[in-house]
Amino acid sequence: MANLRDIKKRITSTQKTGHITKAMEMVSASKKTRAEQNAKAYVPYMNKVQDVVASIAAGASDVSHPMLTTRPVKKTGYIIIGSDRGLAGAYNANLIRALTHTINERHKSKDEYVIFTIGRVTTEYFKKRGHNVIDSVVGLPDQPSFSHVKQIARKAVGMFADGTFDELYMYYNHYISVISQEVTEKKVLPITDLAPATEGLQATYEFEPSAEAILETLLPQYAESLIYGALLDGKASEHAARMTAMKAATDNANEIIRTLTLEYNRARQASITQEITEIIGGANAIQ
Amino acid sequence: MKTVQVNIVTPDGPVYDSEVAMVIAKTVSGEIGVLPGHIPLVAPLDISAIKIKEADGSNNVVAVSGGFIEVRPEKISILAPAAEVAETIDIARAKAAKKRAEERLQSKSDDIDFKRAELALKRAINRINVHEGNI
Repeated sequence: MANLRDIKKRITSTQKTGHITKAMEMVSASKKTRAEQNAKAYVPYMNKVQDVVASIAAGASDVSHPMLTTRPVKKTGYIIIGSDRGLAGAYNANLIRALTHTINERHKSKDEYVIFTIGRVTTEYFKKRGHNVIDSVVGLPDQPSFSHVKQIARKAVGMFADGTFDELYMYYNHYISVISQEVTEKKVLPITDLAPATEGLQATYEFEPSAEAILETLLPQYAESLIYGALLDGKASEHAARMTAMKAATDNANEIIRTLTLEYNRARQASITQEITEIIGGANAIQ
Repeated sequence: MKTVQVNIVTPDGPVYDSEVAMVIAKTVSGEIGVLPGHIPLVAPLDISAIKIKEADGSNNVVAVSGGFIEVRPEKISILAPAAEVAETIDIARAKAAKKRAEERLQSKSDDIDFKRAELALKRAINRINVHEGNI
């Protein structure tokens, strides 16, 4: 049986770890609430943009735009939205696994795709393995604003427009609930599935100055806002995942403390019993 | 009086939502006044002030940093990357942004920065104007 002092030491250190994970869980919980609110506040804007784009694209069928046309795919772009810090359970691992899987399935050589990474963990993973990471954003705040991703979004959209790659996908964790986040693949470009977010929207618009000019400015904005929306979604998932991971860690710590305390008490009892036996033994010997 | 519903939405959430009598917006191709029952229209907006005539006759001003106006007979939606009602504008921040943009314009660097600074200046001036009500 381990000696008393060792057990005591382990109990104390586990307790300290438990305090830290408990604190992190609470911090993540409040960040998650904020991130969830941000993601929710963004929904009306996204729906509106989608409505307008959809009705323009539907109403003006003679209008074509490079972002609306599917072209033969020679090269693919991927955006992966991960986190800067770990301790969030399988948050990043799931994303990385999904993207690696897709890449292995779809591409034969590393020249066939490029990757944009958001978040330190994913960036380092793909860079270290020699993938073609052309741009990355690290050190995003917990409540990112549109300006934080504007540059990378603009670059991705611009590279599609100038033909560097012919389709653009993004990978992120979609927030379903606190305990469940789902790795989601979403096709950003070319814009194909344009259904109005609100039902029964059929209007033929006047365009000022022209439909082409409007699509010219609206479509890049649409693609950029898709990316930003995914980022907000991903952030909410990140905090939720971290919260769950930390909760599990705290529970584990408590479980360990429980078993160790039991062991400690047993060891103490055993040593007391032994002392008594020795004293009695000694007293008997004197008689 | 006939009214039309106006929605101003930004990525950070809805900014303005009300039944109004008239909306005056500055699109890239010129100013337009929209009354209830207007035919469907879509137009990109300039960095400018949206003037709104409320149903009770009072006026309201909202600063927008670009974006779009979508008009339907019974509803007007304005989508902008950023928008603030006059009272909620952070005037200190707008002034600081104006100063920063001006400094950047003074120091001649490469073109992209120049353009960005110009736009930043425009947005800051727009916010200040809307806040002080001189439009």
